[in-house]
Amino acid sequence: MVKINGKEENAAGKTLAAYLSEAGYDASRVAVERNESIVAKKDYGSTVLRDGDNIEIVRFVGGG
Amino acid sequence: MNKDTLNIGGREFHSRFILGSGKYSLNLIEAAVKDAGAELITVAVRRANTKEQENILDYIPKNVTLLPNTSGARTAEEAARIARLGRELGCGDFVKIEIMRDSKYLLPDNAETIRATEILAKEGFIVLPYMYPDLYAARDLVGAGAAAVMPLASPIGSNKGLATREFIQILVDEIDLPIIVDAGIGRPSQACEAMEMGVDAIMANTALATAGDTPLMAAAFKQAIEAGRKAYLSGLGRVLGRGGDASDPLTGFLRD
Repeated sequence: MVKINGKEENAAGKTLAAYLSEAGYDASRVAVERNESIVAKKDYGSTVLRDGDNIEIVRFVGGG
Repeated sequence: MNKDTLNIGGREFHSRFILGSGKYSLNLIEAAVKDAGAELITVAVRRANTKEQENILDYIPKNVTLLPNTSGARTAEEAARIARLGRELGCGDFVKIEIMRDSKYLLPDNAETIRATEILAKEGFIVLPYMYPDLYAARDLVGAGAAAVMPLASPIGSNKGLATREFIQILVDEIDLPIIVDAGIGRPSQACEAMEMGVDAIMANTALATAGDTPLMAAAFKQAIEAGRKAYLSGLGRVLGRGGDASDPLTGFLRD
């Protein structure tokens, strides 16, 4: 299982690019962290999610 | 008046009003930015979801510089992590450090903020730390590589105005970086007063978000900030210790 934004998901083996696209994220508008390290956008296609990975997917929202 | 610009981290701004984008609807943001004349707008970094298809970036004019904050951070390391994610979102190197360990008063932790400033300045960020107005902390922020210092006027979201007036004045007088009053400014008159004191810019969010008409209040703040700036540049008139001083000639009265 892969922990994505706090939720366990059955995504191991998928590339990050495939996961984002299947889940419905706009990859151009998010930033992704894997095990507390940033994944550069150019690496989304070659990054394969593994069991035990902790993924954070973030975006900008209104704030002060 | 000669060209009066605000320089932060090598960037030149003509507006001295930094706008927050929290707590009001996305479709008001465009109008508020326009009526505020803002060139810098703060945003927060949060977990994305696939339910909300609207993105704040679609509502912010392209000529406006984004200032991501590190809200939610409780330590320097958490702030650095959020800052890096904000930079990865692809809108530049500006970051407003915001580190709080208290959820009642939302006061910034100056010691952690200094540490975060040092970490992020070394990584090439243009760091604008939100801080409790303390001279020693401000000096340490300068040493840590801050591009500006953002002292609070009163607690975040309180609209209570310049509760820390005397201490902000000390920073204006002693710190050789732009001083941006952030948090607590509730009315245009308070923004104007801070600008008259010589602060370089005002950041406001809740004052607009909780106003009856957000874009109209943005316009009111813009005028107040410009008025305060002009008053500061012109040099305020003196205050008499006691008594009065006639404005009219003391000769030529219509009596003998």
